[in-house]
Amino acid sequence: MIEIKNLSKSFHSHKVLDQLNLTIQTGETMVVIGRSGVGKTVLLKNIIGLLKPDSGQVLIDGQDITKLEDKELDKIRLKFGMLFQGSALFDSLTVRENVGFSLREHTRQTDEQVDQRVKEALDLVGLAGIETLMPAELSGGMKKRVGLARAICMRPDITLYDEPTTGVDPIMAAATNELITKLHDRLKITAIAVTHDMTSAYKIADRIAMLYNGKIIAIGTPQQIKKTTDPVVHQFITGEAWGPITRNKSFYVKD
Amino acid sequence: MIRWLNRQKTEFLSFISSAGAIFAMFWQAIRWTSISPLRKREIIDQMNKIGVMSCPIVSLTAIFTGMVLALQSAYSLRSFQAEMYVSGLVAVAMARELGPVLTALAVAGRVGASITAELGTMKVTEQIDALETLATNPVSYLVTPRLLAGIIMLPVLTMYSNILGIIGGYLVGVFKLGISSDMYMRMTWKTLLFKDVYTGLIKSLFFGIIIIVVGCYQGFKTSGGAEGVGKATTISVVTSFILIIAADCLFTALFYFVF
Ligand SMILES: Nc1ncnc2c1ncn2[C@@H]1O[C@H](COP(=O)(O)OP(=O)(O)OP(=O)(O)O)[C@@H](O)[C@H]1O
Ligand SMILES: [Mg+2]
Repeated sequence: MIEIKNLSKSFHSHKVLDQLNLTIQTGETMVVIGRSGVGKTVLLKNIIGLLKPDSGQVLIDGQDITKLEDKELDKIRLKFGMLFQGSALFDSLTVRENVGFSLREHTRQTDEQVDQRVKEALDLVGLAGIETLMPAELSGGMKKRVGLARAICMRPDITLYDEPTTGVDPIMAAATNELITKLHDRLKITAIAVTHDMTSAYKIADRIAMLYNGKIIAIGTPQQIKKTTDPVVHQFITGEAWGPITRNKSFYVKD
Repeated sequence: MIRWLNRQKTEFLSFISSAGAIFAMFWQAIRWTSISPLRKREIIDQMNKIGVMSCPIVSLTAIFTGMVLALQSAYSLRSFQAEMYVSGLVAVAMARELGPVLTALAVAGRVGASITAELGTMKVTEQIDALETLATNPVSYLVTPRLLAGIIMLPVLTMYSNILGIIGGYLVGVFKLGISSDMYMRMTWKTLLFKDVYTGLIKSLFFGIIIIVVGCYQGFKTSGGAEGVGKATTISVVTSFILIIAADCLFTALFYFVF
């Protein structure tokens, strides 16, 4: 179980997360939606300890990771797999070395075993046979899927997906959604996905939470969110240009 | 005036704190050598990048420096009819001072810059964050192999540069100043002490540490995209140069008074 309690994070004077509370049950897929720049990535980075919050707690199975030493944090991180928004593949390593990185670093498996696992992971994301390519030789969408393969190669208990379907073609996006659902159903992985792709959100989510002005303003199953009466959430999920979110915003051209 | 003083104060404090941070990074990188097994592949890879691939520039600098030294000293020594001392002068100057310093400056320009650019790019594209999420300490993975390679390769390069410098001096001495080959070598061996060589190598080892740690530190500190990488690279090279010159001064004084 992941419990986020009163999490606040500012950059300079800009308050990104403001006393945010969110609980994710074990085995649940939580989708966090919100506009660009609202702090979704910052939230994920706080959960895995890449950013330290100004105040508040992040409890992973009861353990507050914001107070841990590097060594203990690394132990917890072995349970995690994270897909970065920009993929963040190591560009000096081949696809095989990227995907198998954790296995090589943290397990005593032989090269053959690692290569086998890498192959399985790449098969899962629909990219069989590209092991020897370098990241610079891949398209943006392919990088994303290699990043996904790297995130799941260690068979983590918890996965964080930062916009898994952004920049991927619609067919591959559907396949990615299916993969996330499958991982969840088969391996009972706890997942937090961040996205503004509502199709994907409805498909993979057990629950959806909306981040707005540094707080979670709505949370519920996809059905509940679809039927929301909250005008802010409604504007976001239906994608209307005019509404409470964009009121007073200069880019909205009134006729 | 108060504002100016305050600015100086904050700049001074930030200088102290970054000096502290650089030292902390050095200490961490050293500590990791005992915590986790050495990454032999990375170390060899870096030894190649830092050492072998610096050979051309180091060769060029060393040979020409040796030649110039010989010519310049011949110009002064000629008035005393003492041109045969050119050989000893070249050898001592190379071993004690110019070998270590010029090698370090060349390597700082070449390797220090590339380390900062590489790690800086990794930083701004979140690859360093990714390393952390894969439970791998970035200092242990990125800094330690480079540091060890630098500590090994700088003295090796310096030794190499000393030899090439002496060869450069020899070429000028024998073919231009008319000193006999036999005489030139004999005077070199007579003048050059073992002490001259190893104090130079000690210096170069510290220069290696400076180049690598400053390069890595600036890389890790990079922010703000491609422009940030460019800025960090410049700062890295300038800082390395200044620290190398300062350390050289310090060590030279130390060796002069102690040995
Ligand atoms: N390292 C940082 N330094 C300063 N400000 C930052 C930093 N990281 C994020 N921010 C700020 O925090 C806010 C939230 O950023 P974040 O990347 O979390 O947005 P996001 O919700 O992931 O957006 P998107 O959907 O576009 O990825 C932004 O306004 C950004 O300017
Ligand atoms: Mg983001």
